Amino acid sequence: MNRPAPPPTDDELHALVDGQLAPERRAEVEGAVARDPALAARVAAWRTQRDALRRLHGELLDEPVPASLMNALGRSQTRRARQGHWMRWGGVAAGVLIAFAAGWLGNAQWSMQRAASAQLARAPAMREFVHDASIAHAVYAPEKRHPVEVAASEQQHLVQWLSKRLDRPLKVPDLTAMGYALVGGRLLPGESGARAQFMFEDGAGERITLYIGTLDSQAAAGTAASRETAFRFASEGPVPSFYWVDQGFGYAVAGKLPREVLLKLATLAYRDLS
Amino acid sequence: MDARLLADQIPSLRRYARALTGNAWAADDLVQDTLERACSKWRLWVVGSDLRAWLFTVMHNIFASQLRRTPPPHSVVPLEDAAQELHGGSDPGRDPGMGLDLQRCLMQLPEEQRAVLLLVTLEDLSYAEVARVLGIPAGTVMSRLSRARVRLHELMDGASAPHRTGLRRLK
Repeated sequence: MNRPAPPPTDDELHALVDGQLAPERRAEVEGAVARDPALAARVAAWRTQRDALRRLHGELLDEPVPASLMNALGRSQTRRARQGHWMRWGGVAAGVLIAFAAGWLGNAQWSMQRAASAQLARAPAMREFVHDASIAHAVYAPEKRHPVEVAASEQQHLVQWLSKRLDRPLKVPDLTAMGYALVGGRLLPGESGARAQFMFEDGAGERITLYIGTLDSQAAAGTAASRETAFRFASEGPVPSFYWVDQGFGYAVAGKLPREVLLKLATLAYRDLS
Repeated sequence: MDARLLADQIPSLRRYARALTGNAWAADDLVQDTLERACSKWRLWVVGSDLRAWLFTVMHNIFASQLRRTPPPHSVVPLEDAAQELHGGSDPGRDPGMGLDLQRCLMQLPEEQRAVLLLVTLEDLSYAEVARVLGIPAGTVMSRLSRARVRLHELMDGASAPHRTGLRRLK
């Protein structure tokens, strides 16, 4: 460079750091900064600061959006909601919406799904229960900060609370034989009342969930009639699960695991619970 | 109105609100109010204009009116958040202590400086957009940005090494 560039102004230094400097001035400002150690140090410090700020709370970009926020959108959308409209939402958003907004969106969506999968499960409500279990797993298992409402450290309280809400004495199965320890649990809404989800984690951070709830009378009657408590495998939802029915109560063990591992876990849970 | 457009913006609104308020609960409340207001005032958004910038404008109007009603409690990172912060980051590239320090120092900046700095750095808004979002002249954006950077640098310097002299300003 032959002529000395005019010294950069304060605003230009900011613009340089923020990538907002006019292209024709950029080389001159960069040159001036390179020649002046004090300027260079200042720009470097601002760049470091900018990078640190950009990393701040970055985990929020990957976390599933809390249901309360999705509901805030939903509330003002109710009138415009059309059948099928919500199903276009992808991934977790759909999971969250289905889990929490299904109630007020009506039954159209569900009836369609029911009809389509009627041959896959004897009782439609059972099918739906398993689907709910799978979605609940997909929504909460990736949570870093709030995977459960009540942690395992308060296991007694957790069990009492969920037993009260589901109106039946519950028990947390002991899965430590397969390396899974209780993380905690939460209460969830279901078609025919409250549902409970217990989450377990192994040493590698792999999570499985046990989903429990009353099945509606039709489903319970259907299964009672056939006396079927055998395990069934479902792979249609976001994560596969094994499920069974015991005295009008549905149980589903869900996790991103090979079928045989999941079956072992379900067997272990079933034995411990009955 | 397409709710999907709005839904896409939620994660970045949450992050910005979190950095602005320094508190997870207050941030999500702010985002919730913003979404509700945005849904009810949807006609005010000029189709084709930057939705993000508009949402930030809505958020700032709410944030400013909240501040007028209740002045912010003193800049403290709640213990709960701090604990979550420490346990939360399983990403080895992230230093949770550093994040905590940074958030704590940010909270010591006046809100108007914090907002400018975050909109510019975290959200990559142009200076002109920041001026529009906050309803302030372009010159004010630059002076607030400058004060925010210098002050934050001093604060962070003090937080990490109390006895080291910070970078001095030129002149």
